[in-house]
Amino acid sequence: MQAQTEQLSFDFFTEKPQIVRESRDELKIKLGEFAGPLDLLLFLIKQEQANIFDIPIARIADEYLKYIRLMKSLDISVAGDFLVMAATLIEIKSRMLLPQVKTELDEDEIEDPRKELVDRLLEYEKFKNAAQMLYERSTVEQAVFPRGRIESDDNNAEISAGVFDLLTVFQKILSRRKDEIRLEIEREEISLAEMIKSLKALLADGHPISLIEFFERFDTRRELVTAFIAVLEIVRTESVKLTQKTTFGDVILRPVN
Amino acid sequence: MSELVAIVEALVYVADEPVTTKTLSEVLDEERDAIRAAVEELQREYETRGGGLQLREIAGGWQIATRTEYHEEVRQYLKTRPSAKLSLAALETLAVIAYKQPVTVPEILEIRGVQSASAIKTLLDKKLITAKGRKETVGRPMMYGTSKDFLIQFGLKDLSELPSIEDFEDLAGAI
Repeated sequence: MQAQTEQLSFDFFTEKPQIVRESRDELKIKLGEFAGPLDLLLFLIKQEQANIFDIPIARIADEYLKYIRLMKSLDISVAGDFLVMAATLIEIKSRMLLPQVKTELDEDEIEDPRKELVDRLLEYEKFKNAAQMLYERSTVEQAVFPRGRIESDDNNAEISAGVFDLLTVFQKILSRRKDEIRLEIEREEISLAEMIKSLKALLADGHPISLIEFFERFDTRRELVTAFIAVLEIVRTESVKLTQKTTFGDVILRPVN
Repeated sequence: MSELVAIVEALVYVADEPVTTKTLSEVLDEERDAIRAAVEELQREYETRGGGLQLREIAGGWQIATRTEYHEEVRQYLKTRPSAKLSLAALETLAVIAYKQPVTVPEILEIRGVQSASAIKTLLDKKLITAKGRKETVGRPMMYGTSKDFLIQFGLKDLSELPSIEDFEDLAGAI
């Protein structure tokens, strides 16, 4: 399982990367070890044993750039995000070099150009550690087995309904409407937005909605089409679940909490 | 062992996913408290018995599963290998989603400092996350949250069982 990872080392003076099996050099890099620019930056800061609240930005920026050049020379495609960070580091470095001009407004406090980066690093580090925790949990979890699947597991009465089931229900309603003879001519328009709104309101109650009942509220074909599109839109944008007890039966729409 | 405890054991055994006390109380027409007491008694029994099985609370329900100690033998019998591990990028993205949900792609980018599109696709494919509607902001970006499968695969009762994100401060605390 454990593939032999090739390790890289490179000489700070010549900057010529070379691939070696066992490296005694100060910088060991396993290919693809970094999940992103913040990850690389954290690695460099820890390696330098630098104080996160007082990052030696010039040194870290130089090392960061060396690493980027190393990646490029090894034909590892450098993601744009790494370059954005390189630009940020250079910008901070140059701002650190400029004399600080005290304004009258904040005489005591001068914003440290590194502050925003430090905040991002600290925030990122929490999630990096949380990812490690998840990794450990999943490893433990892989050692636990529930019982094997049995035939009845797949014959569950409540099957999930797809678009075609929806269409079938819709067709049923339409054909039922066709038989009725209507006399009134007055037309009441309801927009799609209004329809979605009223459907959302129904869902907000938390009760399951029978699509047959829902469609039956409407009389004209136009309204029915609008209602159908509203259902499709709700399914796409909201956390809802469609279930159908029997084939060609009613489809139930319910919010997922 | 009371009959209720025995019946509960039978139902938890046949359920193909963690079964909730709510479901049990509905099916058996018993009070929730009585069901909970029965499940807990059953769990104690599994503990003291010291057998190959455990009764555990996971993803808001109860499940009978093997004990971790015997994973090698179980795996030998099932002829399975541990499934592919998630990449570092996918795990990080999952951590951000688990703690910040519902969360949009731009918000994930903000924290990770790197595009997470392929990680999000992997997590969606593995059903560890689901779309949770759209955020009513510019561009109406899709929001993501963790799924029930996430709780099951990471052995969590519910999201509150995750340690607080502030517990993961490392560098700041070290100084």
